[in-house]
Amino acid sequence: MLDTLLPILIFSALALAVIGAMRRIRLWRQGRPSPVPILQGLAAMPRRYVVDLHHVVARDKVMSNTHVATAGGFVAAAVLMILVHGLGLAQGVLGWALLAASAVMFVGSLFVARRRRNPPARLSKGPWMRLPKSLMAFSLSVFLITLPAVGVLPQDAGSWILAVALAAVLAWGLGEMVFGMTWGGPMKHAFAGALHLAFHRRPERFSTKAGGKGRSTGLKALDLDSPQAKLGVEMPSDFTWNQLLGFDACVQCGRCEAVCPAFAAGQPLNPKKLIQDMVVGLAGGSDAHYAGSPYPGKPVGEHAGGPHGPIVAREGKALVDAETLWSCTTCRACVEECPMMIEHVDAIVDMRRFLTLEHGNTPNKGAEVLDNLIATDNPGGFDPGSRLHWAADLNLPRMADLGQVDVLLWLGDGVFDMRNQRTLRALVKVLRAAEVDFAVLGDEERDSGDVARRLGDEATFQSLARRNIATLAKYRFQRIVTCDPHSFHVLCNEYRELGGPGGDAHYTVLHHSTFIAELYAAGQLHFTPWKGGAVTYHDPCYLGRYNGEYEAPREVLRALGITVTEMARSGFRSRCCGGGGGAPLTDIPGERRIPDMRMDDVRETGAELVAVGCPQCTAMLEGVVEAAEVRDIAELVADALVILPVKMAKGQGRAGQARVEELAS
Amino acid sequence: MRPDPQKSPSLAITVLVSVGCHPLTGRGRRADQDARGVELARALPLAEVRLLHAGVLDAGSDAALRGYLGMGFDALTLIEQPESSDVVPALAEVLADHPPTLVIAGTRAERGEASGLLPYLLAERLGWPLVAAVAEVEGVEGGVATLLQALPRGQRRRLQVRLPAILTVDSAAPAPRQSAFGPARRGQLAVHEVGEAVPDAELVEWVEQPARKRPKRLKIVKAASARDRFKAAAAKAEGGSGQVLDGVTPEQGAEAILKLLKEEGVLRR
Repeated sequence: MLDTLLPILIFSALALAVIGAMRRIRLWRQGRPSPVPILQGLAAMPRRYVVDLHHVVARDKVMSNTHVATAGGFVAAAVLMILVHGLGLAQGVLGWALLAASAVMFVGSLFVARRRRNPPARLSKGPWMRLPKSLMAFSLSVFLITLPAVGVLPQDAGSWILAVALAAVLAWGLGEMVFGMTWGGPMKHAFAGALHLAFHRRPERFSTKAGGKGRSTGLKALDLDSPQAKLGVEMPSDFTWNQLLGFDACVQCGRCEAVCPAFAAGQPLNPKKLIQDMVVGLAGGSDAHYAGSPYPGKPVGEHAGGPHGPIVAREGKALVDAETLWSCTTCRACVEECPMMIEHVDAIVDMRRFLTLEHGNTPNKGAEVLDNLIATDNPGGFDPGSRLHWAADLNLPRMADLGQVDVLLWLGDGVFDMRNQRTLRALVKVLRAAEVDFAVLGDEERDSGDVARRLGDEATFQSLARRNIATLAKYRFQRIVTCDPHSFHVLCNEYRELGGPGGDAHYTVLHHSTFIAELYAAGQLHFTPWKGGAVTYHDPCYLGRYNGEYEAPREVLRALGITVTEMARSGFRSRCCGGGGGAPLTDIPGERRIPDMRMDDVRETGAELVAVGCPQCTAMLEGVVEAAEVRDIAELVADALVILPVKMAKGQGRAGQARVEELAS
Repeated sequence: MRPDPQKSPSLAITVLVSVGCHPLTGRGRRADQDARGVELARALPLAEVRLLHAGVLDAGSDAALRGYLGMGFDALTLIEQPESSDVVPALAEVLADHPPTLVIAGTRAERGEASGLLPYLLAERLGWPLVAAVAEVEGVEGGVATLLQALPRGQRRRLQVRLPAILTVDSAAPAPRQSAFGPARRGQLAVHEVGEAVPDAELVEWVEQPARKRPKRLKIVKAASARDRFKAAAAKAEGGSGQVLDGVTPEQGAEAILKLLKEEGVLRR
């Protein structure tokens, strides 16, 4: 009897799955068009899954092995089951292979069940709690049904009641695993996730066979010239279809939630919930069925929306509240942790764009800073003609006078901040000690546009960027060095789309730590050994996670004779200082402050000093009451410099020469 | 805001907007006080707000005027006037043709003559009352508006004025909302035709030169303690010799003002 029942069960489940898949694809296609190479993407998918995705999953060894056993077992069992029971090819090795696959899957599902016994807070409950049972139902019933097929048990073993019971359990398993995959059950992640990997919005982020770690961190530029083009994302259907597909791939594992600094600070943001809200918006409905941690301070069940309704209401409630979007520091910890390669931060900036460019609703100081950027090209509203006042005594060489140098020193808006001026002085001292041929733009420099872009003001970003690119194009230099990772990131990655480096321009952009490490390696810098206490290093998000530079700052610290006592969260897991993405400007209230938590991390290591490489991090960490000492790497290097006598004579000679020239002119 | 044909507007407001100038960089922008005027108008319930500008239309003024559209307007009525023409007749003509209930303007412009006289000249021409330095419109009922006028040191005076009237706002009025790029780009500058432009005969004769930075009079506080310093900082301006004239004829009033100006050395003879 099972011989007739099984093929019917299997093929009807498959048919329903196909119908569900069509439905799901129709939901995704509500998004804006975004051309992707379909075949190339599908061909790249297995590698992206095995290498890139599992690289993230493997950070948790137990879960990684569990997933390999369960998912691998399932895929093998499903294919074999169709062959063995669907098409009746039970002879020989196929049946035995099916037994093995379902056994492996069963073992995996036991681990899934163990995980679900006392699940950590970050995991979603609800339908996810029944998943281990469904996995077991599927694997066990497939295993038992296959036993007679390979001849271990006689064909007519047990009664027909047992057969019907088995078939019922299998129906449950098939329902969850095949039908549920495309109709919105927990297994949806497998279907959507596979396609998401194939049609990812940023295929550059995946590694390639040729080697090299893929990296793509820039935001996508908005088309500002066409009046028809929408400014950012108002409704779920304003996302591109592959963004919607990405949201749908979420497994609700909550790794993003566990690393999100805003969530930890009790601000109303939870990356997982945000993605789930987008899924709710995609299909239409309310968030009442969400079974994970809510946005801190916002009960579940009060928000609803649809694909063609607003995400953020001008008044009242829609899918998401504006302050949720403004809580993000754009640190990309969630993106780094996400095993499904979802791009939370880009989605948040897309939605912020609409709020700023259409609603004109950038909260708190955000609007004022944008006005300042428009009127004075710097966020503080300072006179753009006073950019070099801090360096009145340094006699900095100007690009306008020289026209051609090796290194362009990009100062950033820190020139207006007295704390950062100390860092800049230190950096100038280091460059001079290493006899680097450098110059600054001086008053020709403008804000890089970073904060405008994160606040969603793409128009101001592009205006600043284009003018900066035009200024840079006037001069000849090999490299740009900056002590601000935000400027570094924007100049290096986000100007490209508008004609920056990599496009027509031929220069590379370096963070000062990378450059100092290089100078040291080339023997141009000499240091006295470190005599201070324990030191830890805080990775800036825009240097580390965004640009993968974890080593150079540590190399410099090692060169100084410092042994870095690492924080629990360092490197790619570094916790944000709270200063990114305009978060200090929009200033959404929470229960704690993000820099306080980061300083607790510092304190845990017992370090007396925390080395940083970012003016934002310096400001945020120094703002903590009873903080450890905060020093920029440039300052540590400048303090330890040994100026060799030969160099000193040379340096004096140079200065003397300059003086003579001045007198002559 | 576009007029809604179904609902008759209960309060027609025209805000006079000008091309501003950033104090540090001199870049064109929405003028701060005018933008505050727009904000004041938008905050009123059931207000139908029209923006009106008279002046030259070029790339610079276009960008600046769009700053007002970005506050959520579909259109701005523009009376094109050549350089150095007197905009008062043109504005008065447009206002007299379709008289609004309320006209709001900034106290003074950020560029050009910036004498702050325009609202007064308009009020004179139209024969409407003018209230300066309005911080809030509390309500409009039965053709009478209740206003809060800003006085120095955060004081407020409640006034009632019969409509139509002209109000001017200064920086005591609430800060303007953010100007959004989308509506600013989409909004229309609707050109309104008026009669012949009147050249500003006096302005033509003037010679403009960059302002000289004048030394600031220092207020020297000789205080021994923090308490004294605080008192000095918080003290009211010491007039003392102020005089309230009540129930006098205009001639007597003018006489008193003239006498004061001579005493203070403003007028010399």
